[in-house]
Amino acid sequence: MSRKPLIAAQNLSVHYRLRGGLIGPIPFVRAVENVSLEIAPGSFFGLVGESGSGKTTLGRAMLRAAPISQGDVLFDDGEVAYSLKNLGKKELKDYRKRAQLIFQDPYAALSPRMTVRDIIAEPLEVMGLTKSRAETDERVREIAVKCRLNVEHLRRFPHAFSGGQRQRISIARALVSGPKFIVADESVAALDVSIQADVLNLLKAIQEDMGLTFLFISHDLSVVAHVCDHVAVMYLGRLVETAPTRTLFSGPRHPYTKALLSAIPSLDPDDRGKAQKLEGEIPTPTNPPPGCKFQTRCPVAIERCRIEEPVLESAGTEHNVACHRWKELFS
Amino acid sequence: MSRLIDVENLTLQFDTDEGRITAVDDVSFSLDAGKIMGLVGESGSGKSVTAKSLMKLNPRNAVYGENTKITLHLDDGPVDVMSLQNDHEMKVVRGGSISLIFQEPMASFAPAISIGDQMIEQLLIHTSFSKSQAKEVSIEMLDRVGISDPSMRFSQYAFELSGGMRQRAMIAMALSTKPKLLIADEPTTALDVTIQAQVIDLMKDLVTEFGMGIIFITHDLGVIAQTADNVAVMYLGRLVEQGTVRDVIRSPAHPYTRGLLAALPTLDDIDAPLTPIPGDIPSPLERPSGCVYNTRCQEFIGPRCSAKVPVFSQIDAGHAAACHLYDRAGDAE
Ligand SMILES: Nc1ncnc2c1ncn2[C@@H]1O[C@H](COP(=O)(O)OP(=O)(O)OP(=O)(O)O)[C@@H](O)[C@H]1O
Ligand SMILES: Nc1ncnc2c1ncn2[C@@H]1O[C@H](COP(=O)(O)OP(=O)(O)OP(=O)(O)O)[C@@H](O)[C@H]1O
Ligand code: SF4
Ligand SMILES: [Mg+2]
Ligand SMILES: [Mg+2]
Repeated sequence: MSRKPLIAAQNLSVHYRLRGGLIGPIPFVRAVENVSLEIAPGSFFGLVGESGSGKTTLGRAMLRAAPISQGDVLFDDGEVAYSLKNLGKKELKDYRKRAQLIFQDPYAALSPRMTVRDIIAEPLEVMGLTKSRAETDERVREIAVKCRLNVEHLRRFPHAFSGGQRQRISIARALVSGPKFIVADESVAALDVSIQADVLNLLKAIQEDMGLTFLFISHDLSVVAHVCDHVAVMYLGRLVETAPTRTLFSGPRHPYTKALLSAIPSLDPDDRGKAQKLEGEIPTPTNPPPGCKFQTRCPVAIERCRIEEPVLESAGTEHNVACHRWKELFS
Repeated sequence: MSRLIDVENLTLQFDTDEGRITAVDDVSFSLDAGKIMGLVGESGSGKSVTAKSLMKLNPRNAVYGENTKITLHLDDGPVDVMSLQNDHEMKVVRGGSISLIFQEPMASFAPAISIGDQMIEQLLIHTSFSKSQAKEVSIEMLDRVGISDPSMRFSQYAFELSGGMRQRAMIAMALSTKPKLLIADEPTTALDVTIQAQVIDLMKDLVTEFGMGIIFITHDLGVIAQTADNVAVMYLGRLVEQGTVRDVIRSPAHPYTRGLLAALPTLDDIDAPLTPIPGDIPSPLERPSGCVYNTRCQEFIGPRCSAKVPVFSQIDAGHAAACHLYDRAGDAE
C-alpha cells in the first residue's frame, strides 16, 4: 500500500463467549480470526462474504463496538493516532466522532417519535459538538442538503418517508459529527434497485465531496463491483482474498471467490446452467473444520487443505489470497 | 402444452383507515403447465397481493373487482376461483392444487411444532394418506430438496435450521401435496447467492420432474433471467409489460422495465453508471391518472400519458407493453 492507511486491522480476532454447559470448556465463537487489513484514506473498501462470515463483527470491531480479543486496530487520520485496543475514555469519545456506522435497516434505525431534525441532531447533542441550538440547526441543515433531503421536511416524522429517503436520513445522521471513517453495513440491501442506485450514487458523491473513507459491507457482489475500489472476501471469520476491485472481478484467485462470483445470477438468459455450483453451507463458527476453513465445500481441496490452514500471501500488486493451491491452479 | 391458470381482469382494493386503495388494477395473465412465470416489480407494486388472490387468501378488507375472473384448469375440469365461498369449497385450491411459498420463511412454520409434524398435518388435511404414509412422503420430500439426513431434520424445529435449509424445508412442504401450481413469493431473497443458486436449480428440476407451473415472484431481474420462461412486470398494481424472458430482458419495451434495467448493477460492465428512476413510487392513495408510470417516465410523450390509461400493444409475437409509445390507435385520435 502506497499511502499510509487511515485504518488497519492487525491480526485482529473477535471471540464471543457462549453460555455453555456446566462441564467442559466454555464454547466460544471465533467470529473474526486473525484478520489483517489496511484501508487507505479516501478508499471505498468493500467487504463481502456469506451470512455469518463475520462482516458485521469486523466492521464493529473497527468502530470499537465489538470486543477486540486479540490483535489491534490502528486508526490515524493525520490529526490523531489511536490504538483501538487501548483507548482511554476521552479518546474513545473522540473516536466516536471520527468513526460512524450507517445502519442496515432504515426502518428499525429511526425512532418514530423524533422529527427528522432531532434524529440527525442527536449525535451532535450527545457528543456535545455544538454550542447552541442555532449552531446545531445550521449543521443539520448543511448535512441535510448534502444528503439531498428537503430541508422543509426536517420537522416531519420518519414514517412519512419512503425507504430511500429514510436511508438518506440515516446517512445524514452518521455524517453530522464530521467523521473520517464510515462503516456502511448492508446499507442498500433492503432497497429496491432504483432507490438502491440513487443511494449508492449519493454515498459516492458524499465520499468524494467530503473526502471520507468507507468500509462498505454487502453480500451483493454486483453492487460492490460498481462502487468499491478494493474488496476483501471473508469466509468463516477469515479473509480469504483481498484485491483492487478490477483485479478481483477479472481474476479471482481463491476458489471461494470464484464460486461466489459464479453464483451471481447473470442477466443473460442464455447463461443458464453455466454457473459453477457450490454445494453445502458455511459451517458454524463454533465448530470450524480443521485446516482451510473452506475445505468442506471446496471443489479443488487436497489432503493438505484438511490439515494445514493457509495464510494470506501476495498474489500480485495489492492482491492477497489464502489458499494452498492458487499458484498451481492459476499459473 | 396445457393451460393451468387464466387470470382475467384481476382488480383488488383494500378498505383502509385512509380510504379505499387500489392494490391490483385490471391484471390479466395466463400460465401453462410446466412453465415458470416471473413476476417482477418494486416493493409495493402488488406482487404478493396478486399471488394471494389466486387462492383468495387476502384479508377481509380486500374487495375484488366484479369483472375479476380466475380460472384454474384441473384434471377434473375448470374451477372458477372467485365463485368459491366457504372453506369447504376453497379446499380444491388451498393446499391441494396450489401451494404458496411465503415471502417470510419463519411465517410458514409454527415455532413450537416440529417441521415433520407440520408436514404430516398438512398432508392429512389435503390428501387421503395415512399418518405413516404422510411421514414417508414428507421425509422423501425433504430428501428431494437436498436436505441431508432428512429423518433427523424431520423432528427439528424451524429455528434450528439455517436460512437456506428452512427455505428448502418450506419448498418440501409446499411440494409434498404435489400441487399443479406453485406460487413462490421471493423464495430466495433472504438467501446468500450460493444458496440461492441451489434453490433455483431445485425449482427448475421440479418443473421438469412434476410438470408443475410456477409463478416466481421476485424483484431480482438476474434471478428471473436464470429461471423464468415468461416475465410479467408490475408497477403500482398494473402489469406494464409481458413477454418471454429473452424479449423482456434483452429488448425491454416499457420505459419502466428499461428504467429497472438501467438501475441494476451488473458484472458485465462494472464501470457503467447506475441510473436510478427519478422520483419516488407514488403512494397507492395517490395513484396517477392515465398511465400509472407517467410521473416518473423518462419517455413521456405528452398529455395522453397523464390522461389515458394505456392498453397492451403487441411488440412482437408473445411480447406486449402497456405504453402509449406503441399505441397506434392512440396516434389516430
Ligand atoms: N454478540 C454475539 N455473540 C455471539 N455470537 C455472535 C455475536 N455477534 C455475532 N456472532 C456470531 O459471529 C458470527 C459472525 O457474525 P456476523 O454478524 O459478523 O456475520 P455477517 O457476515 O455480518 O453475517 P450477515 O451477512 O448475516 O449479516 C456468526 O456466527 C454470529 O452468530
Ligand atoms: N391487508 C392490506 N390492507 C391494506 N393494504 C394492503 C394490504 N396488503 C397489501 N396492501 C397494499 O397493497 C399494495 C401492494 O402490496 P404487495 O404486498 O402486494 O406488494 P409487493 O409487490 O409484494 O411488495 P414487496 O416487494 O415489498 O413484497 C401495497 O401498497 C400495500 O401497502
Ligand atoms: S486451501 Fe485447499 S480447500 Fe482451501 S480453498 Fe485452497 S484448495 Fe480449497
Ligand atoms: Mg452482518
Ligand atoms: Mg411482496
